[in-house]
Amino acid sequence: MTAAIALRNATPDDPGLVVRSRWAIIDTLTITRRNLLVWTRVPAYLVFTVIQPVMFVLMFRYVFGGAIHVSGNRPYVDFLMPGILGQTAAFATFGTAIALAQELKKGVIDRLRSMPMARSAVLAGRLVADTGRMLVTVLIVVGVGYAVGFRFSNGAGPAVLMIVLAMVFGLSICLIAAFTGLAIGDEESVQAFGLIWLFPLTFLSSAFVPISSMPGWLQAFANNQPVTYVINTMRALAIGGPIEANLWKSIAWLAGIFIVFGPLAVRAYKRAS
Amino acid sequence: MSQDSSGPAILVEGLTKAFGEVRALRGIDLAVPRGTVLGVLGPNGAGKTTAVRILTTLLRPDNGRAIVEGRDVVREAAAVRRLIGLSGQSAAIQEELTGRENLEIVGRLFHLSRAEARRRAVELLAQFDLTDAAGRAAKNFSGGMQRRLDLAASLVGRPKVLFLDEPTTGLDPRSRLGMWDIIRSLVAGGTTTLLTTQYLDEADELADEIVVIDHGLVIAAGTAEELKSRVGGDVLEFTVPDRSRISDAVAAVASIGEGEPHADKETGVVNVGVGGRGSDALVEAVRALDEVGVRTKGLALRRPSLDDVFLALTGHAAEDEKALTNGRRGRKRASKDTAKDAS
Ligand SMILES: Nc1ncnc2c1ncn2[C@@H]1O[C@H](COP(=O)(O)OP(=O)(O)O)[C@@H](O)[C@H]1O
Ligand SMILES: [Mg+2]
Repeated sequence: MTAAIALRNATPDDPGLVVRSRWAIIDTLTITRRNLLVWTRVPAYLVFTVIQPVMFVLMFRYVFGGAIHVSGNRPYVDFLMPGILGQTAAFATFGTAIALAQELKKGVIDRLRSMPMARSAVLAGRLVADTGRMLVTVLIVVGVGYAVGFRFSNGAGPAVLMIVLAMVFGLSICLIAAFTGLAIGDEESVQAFGLIWLFPLTFLSSAFVPISSMPGWLQAFANNQPVTYVINTMRALAIGGPIEANLWKSIAWLAGIFIVFGPLAVRAYKRAS
Repeated sequence: MSQDSSGPAILVEGLTKAFGEVRALRGIDLAVPRGTVLGVLGPNGAGKTTAVRILTTLLRPDNGRAIVEGRDVVREAAAVRRLIGLSGQSAAIQEELTGRENLEIVGRLFHLSRAEARRRAVELLAQFDLTDAAGRAAKNFSGGMQRRLDLAASLVGRPKVLFLDEPTTGLDPRSRLGMWDIIRSLVAGGTTTLLTTQYLDEADELADEIVVIDHGLVIAAGTAEELKSRVGGDVLEFTVPDRSRISDAVAAVASIGEGEPHADKETGVVNVGVGGRGSDALVEAVRALDEVGVRTKGLALRRPSLDDVFLALTGHAAEDEKALTNGRRGRKRASKDTAKDAS
């Protein structure tokens, strides 16, 4: 019974705040490690998260790109890459929603919540792992972009900021995905629902084509939605150009999403059954 | 750890829980002495999982209280979690990970050191006959192996009280027997166990005490023997191969039995309680059936099974086992075929 004794000593009845916080961090890391391990074991996840954005880069660069005219004398690939990177970060969150819905259905979340681990760790570990996964994917896509002619032409600092913004954007979508995954709790429905709102939001934005090329009624939507603000900001950071207005609107939207969906995701997790 | 060593391992009083309009639990009382097995028996939707989820701190009850090893599941939830193990209705394992990885992660979450988590995983894999599969992804396991791995995961923290929610539902008969052996050996080690089941023979086989629940209420409690004695004596049973003659057969034996006969239109099985009049009733039944010209197979007297108990208590049969193995889960025997016998 040595293990049992060690166990009790490690987690006394009412551990102090410091001990509890330490366990919360350790448990979060354990869950993070588990989630990343699962990611590397499933080829389908790798295809969905890495190959798909790479295909998008190649398709838009070589197939559609010739027909899309962007203002100025920049190559289309410079216009395209910030858009693709924003989309990559957003689409990476499908994995978040699907994984949580699966874990909920299979009873994995029940099992974890019946254990004496930090309750926050399941959600926190999921978000940390998925953010890490997102970063890897974004960096791979940047590499592919470089191979097909894209260049950060605004300096290294803004380039790093662009990647940071892509991650913060992705994390905000991650919270929405976590909420929908836990609230809907069914893998396929969650996936379908994700497509229904995420596809229009990314395609009816400035991600792939200049908004001025869209019909008027569509412009009204595309010009005033958060994905456009974020991608315009990313584009300005990557290749230069006016940034002010888009930056503040992006920050406002992202803050709004965190404030609304952070608590909603936590609540959905607490209620999950 | 201070602990109340005198009381029962699990004590439940007046527990209620509603989901909107659905009253899943309508006032449940239970007491499980240390080191014993309580079988919670009830059909689909009876409230078994709801009760287990409350006892394992996953759900807050509306009313009443539940105490596990002297700790209140609501007010001292964290302490309760250190004392329990849960194996839920489906195998809660990460299919992409190997058997050993699954158990090691649980060990780490129980705050065992890396080496200790590893040792415990190896030990449990051996105990559950999974050593050969330790390095394989759990998705390649058979259903029985997945359930065993899930059960092993619930034991990583060496729980004092173990909750098993329908541990054999969906398993083929052989895996089911294997699971019974494993549960028996755990229980022999002194772990207090609450197991829910839809299978009457399972409760009979594994449990010291049984509570029967239906529609969120405990409708009977006792040992398997005590419950069987509720039916009051022997049961006369036979099969009518020609399904169209079932109602004739029921009419023929109606006056012989103590209660009303029960007929299953799918299997053609008719049974009726005959109290202490065993062999007389047998002779009368043969005559009566012969008179109306109904051919029967396997006419015999038998000791009442828990099936009969359930029927006597609720007026409807519990989940039909054959229906379950045929993959038609959640289906009850048509209750219109079921004679009411509330007395
Ligand atoms: N989360 C929930 N929301 C709504 N209804 C529920 C929920 N969980 C269980 N129920 C309902 O409560 C009743 C009891 O369910 P449950 O405890 O799962 O029964 P059992 O495990 O005995 O099959 C059922 O009618 C079921 O539909
Ligand atoms: Mg259930």
